[in-house]
Amino acid sequence: MSDIIQKTAAELSQALAAKTVSAVEVAQAFIARTEAVEDRVKAFNSRDAEWTLAQAKASDERRAAGDAAGPLDGVPVALKDILAVKDQPLTCSSRMLENFVSPYDAHVTELLKAQGAVLWGRLNMDEFAMGSSTENSAFHTSRNPWNTDCVPGGSSGGSAACVAALEAPLSIGSDTGGSIRQPAAFCGVVGLKPTYGLVSRYGLAAFASSLDQIGPFARTVEDAALLLQAIAGHDRRDSTSYKTKLPDYRAALTEKEGPWTIGVPRECFAEGLDPEIKAAVQDAIAFYEKDGHTVQEVSLPMTEYAIPTYYILATAEASSNLARYDGIRYTHRSKNAADAVDLYFKSRAEGFGPEVKRRIILGTYVLSSGYYDAYYLRAQKIRTLIRQEFMQAFESVDTILTPTTPTPSFQVGAKEDPLAMYLNDIYTINVNLAGLPGISVPCGFTSSKLPIGLQLIGKPFAEDELLAVAHRYEQAHGWKDAVAQL
Amino acid sequence: MEFTADIGLEVHVQLKTKSKMFTRAPYHYGAEPNTLTDPVVLALPGVLPVMNKEAVRKTVLLGLLCKCKIAERCKWDRKNYFYPDSPKNYQLSQYDQPICEGGEVEIEMLGASRNVMGEHRMVQLTRIHLEEDVGKLTHFANDSLVDYNRAGAPLCEIVTEPDMHNADEVFAFLTALRNNIVAAGLSDCDMEKGQMRCDANISVRPKGQETLGTKVELKNMNTISGVRNAVAYEIKRQIHAVTSGEAIHQQTRRWDPVSQVTTKMRDKEESHDYRYFPEPDLMPVSIGAQQLKVLAKELPELPFDRQRRFMETLDLPYTLTSVLCPDKELADFFEEALADTGGKVAPKAVANLIANDLLRELSGGEEEGRLPLSACKLAPAHIADLTVLVEDGVITKQIAQTIFTEMYATGKMPSTLVEEKGLQAHSDDGELESIVREVAADPKHEKAISQFKDGNTKAINSLIGPIMKATQGKADPRKIQDMLAKVLG
Repeated sequence: MSDIIQKTAAELSQALAAKTVSAVEVAQAFIARTEAVEDRVKAFNSRDAEWTLAQAKASDERRAAGDAAGPLDGVPVALKDILAVKDQPLTCSSRMLENFVSPYDAHVTELLKAQGAVLWGRLNMDEFAMGSSTENSAFHTSRNPWNTDCVPGGSSGGSAACVAALEAPLSIGSDTGGSIRQPAAFCGVVGLKPTYGLVSRYGLAAFASSLDQIGPFARTVEDAALLLQAIAGHDRRDSTSYKTKLPDYRAALTEKEGPWTIGVPRECFAEGLDPEIKAAVQDAIAFYEKDGHTVQEVSLPMTEYAIPTYYILATAEASSNLARYDGIRYTHRSKNAADAVDLYFKSRAEGFGPEVKRRIILGTYVLSSGYYDAYYLRAQKIRTLIRQEFMQAFESVDTILTPTTPTPSFQVGAKEDPLAMYLNDIYTINVNLAGLPGISVPCGFTSSKLPIGLQLIGKPFAEDELLAVAHRYEQAHGWKDAVAQL
Repeated sequence: MEFTADIGLEVHVQLKTKSKMFTRAPYHYGAEPNTLTDPVVLALPGVLPVMNKEAVRKTVLLGLLCKCKIAERCKWDRKNYFYPDSPKNYQLSQYDQPICEGGEVEIEMLGASRNVMGEHRMVQLTRIHLEEDVGKLTHFANDSLVDYNRAGAPLCEIVTEPDMHNADEVFAFLTALRNNIVAAGLSDCDMEKGQMRCDANISVRPKGQETLGTKVELKNMNTISGVRNAVAYEIKRQIHAVTSGEAIHQQTRRWDPVSQVTTKMRDKEESHDYRYFPEPDLMPVSIGAQQLKVLAKELPELPFDRQRRFMETLDLPYTLTSVLCPDKELADFFEEALADTGGKVAPKAVANLIANDLLRELSGGEEEGRLPLSACKLAPAHIADLTVLVEDGVITKQIAQTIFTEMYATGKMPSTLVEEKGLQAHSDDGELESIVREVAADPKHEKAISQFKDGNTKAINSLIGPIMKATQGKADPRKIQDMLAKVLG
């Protein structure tokens, strides 16, 4: 195995700066690795090696001229197929957008290009980010590099799998109810969902606008910090984007040492939690105590309502956000329509998969006249209570620790009941409802060699401290050095 | 049986802003189809709206103009419905928290004649909110084409109470509303360009009955007169239906401007469920008291207020003010010209020149419609200069007419024209006396002169024309008369 693909983004950055390796060599190594393992991992929807190599060549030329743009210049980054990249496909893993090519760049794409990152392929996902396994992709199911019979998680399954399979050192995903953290946990990589408003959503095809956030995948916390630094910051094109001075996330990893007070919700060791995950998380708690931090129980009783609340608000927003995919302008258009109204019905019936349809129908229902108050309005109130509950807990603790998922990855096809699938997000979903930052870091393996994820939740816009708390755990454990054997 | 009609209007006004309501794409009338678009207008995957602050500012101004209550805080809502003119298949609008609530618009009813001021009253508004416009569909035999140029343009919706009771009131309301909005520079309100659109809700009830009748919504009226005709027709239709024992159904009807009738478009059995919910991509808007104070200072004097001021302080007759005041540009032009005379000239003389002579030139003899002021070469200073020349006796009124035509055509200042052509009034008495004597000596005036000498003072009027001609119009007719009396006396 090439020694380039084993390197972290931070190490690659250093090697590129020292000119011991060129951006073209780096890109070629990851392209070759992808060619070798992709038929088993299936992380990508599409790849354009020529385009990627051209970017790498441009990076080398910049560096030769002394114009290297920053630490990411020459480092490959792969994007979830839900972020707009000019002149590249943007499918959202849907038949609806199978042939759509974006004429514009997302804010995150612009930032990455400006910092010299070498953009690699388009990563598979559950259709329109709705799902927890990539099984809802209209194209194929991505595989977990640790066990290719198992799912990589979702919706950003391709983003997690490609990093775990060393097909890219870094990738970008999006997280609406756990879609970064859950696949990160399943694939044994680091995944960070930033505070709502830290990363501009401009150019991210919307699932649920008030919950969606873009975030990094990496093999180490340091790499996640590096990528977060590149994509965070205010953007006038996203009115929910927050104006704040960005800390130096990488510097914070060593500058912030605690001691911290770490809260563990009483509710998180409830029924349904896999015993091996429970043990791994308890070991992590013991580590922090031994490391000189205080661990304290907190109570988040509203967690019980997080899943129904989420499935009302997210589907309501989705039913409206996905209305633009109508067969009129740039989407799939049915060839069998009899008239204009039929064109809507048939194009949408043919273009959307079953989970997307299920959520559009649910969202349409909860917004309907006569049901709005009972569902949507009530869910908004519970959302406020969930946020208040977190903010109250943060008065006495710095970080909240939970498992990322109740179970490890499961076999492809094992969960046919959508409700069973929804329960996967039980630890992650309330973090989106509260708009808080959350990170999943590898925290061991089950006896069947499937990765386990530890979730840490931070205060709003305290990603620097959150990353430092995660880094502390990571540095004391060897999980990051484990590589999936493909 | 006598009937009362109740009419409420929903008026849409496109605000005059450089860019669209939620994106920087430009908007203006008359561009090639689908050239004023961007990813946001086309609702491509991933785009987000950004509020146009200028449109909100203009809506607040409109609210202040109409004496509405301005909300301290308002929000945006999504109105969900599928239609090909709406790229997102939802429209950003304001559902339960509009920017402006209540308010009123002063209207003037027709007077007994054109020279008499009609009755004034207030029409009550329900609310004014801001939303985005949709695209424009054109239907053909087998296809429909859509132009998204207009999609996303800022659109104010002004909703009135059912506070009007006949077609003339509706006409007066739309006229007053348009004049106010144009005066404040918020929109050009050209109905034919779709900058102002109006739907009317009409019902009738037996006189004396408290509850309103079943309402019918009228659409497709493209001029203010068209609205008046449609409303008048619909009231008659409904009264006829009720008196012949037919029930009025709640429905939407379309005005056909060619055959001048309304026809049914659709029944409103159940109202559309728009599934409104707060737009998560936009933050709520707060409008501070301090901001309102600043904006209040930007409000123009309303046309009716200005008209009262012209009548009371400038002593202008109603007829002149009713020409000048509805058009802010014209009234401004008048006030500037008046100021330029430095108080030398009576306001009425200045007003007359603008309301009669200037407008006659601008309309070019057409009954309706005229060129805008900006299309002519005259500035207020031209009018001022001309009236001062007459007032100072430098030129006669007759010459003033000639100069007006000349300056309208060339844009030259009146003083310059007088200089160039030597049109100064005849002021040399000696020269005038010799001309008078010369004309009086002409034997063909012998009879008139003898009649004059017999005491018929009017008899010498027949000499004034020839004398005037001999002076090339530069003599004052009164002076000629005095000179004749002196010469013949």
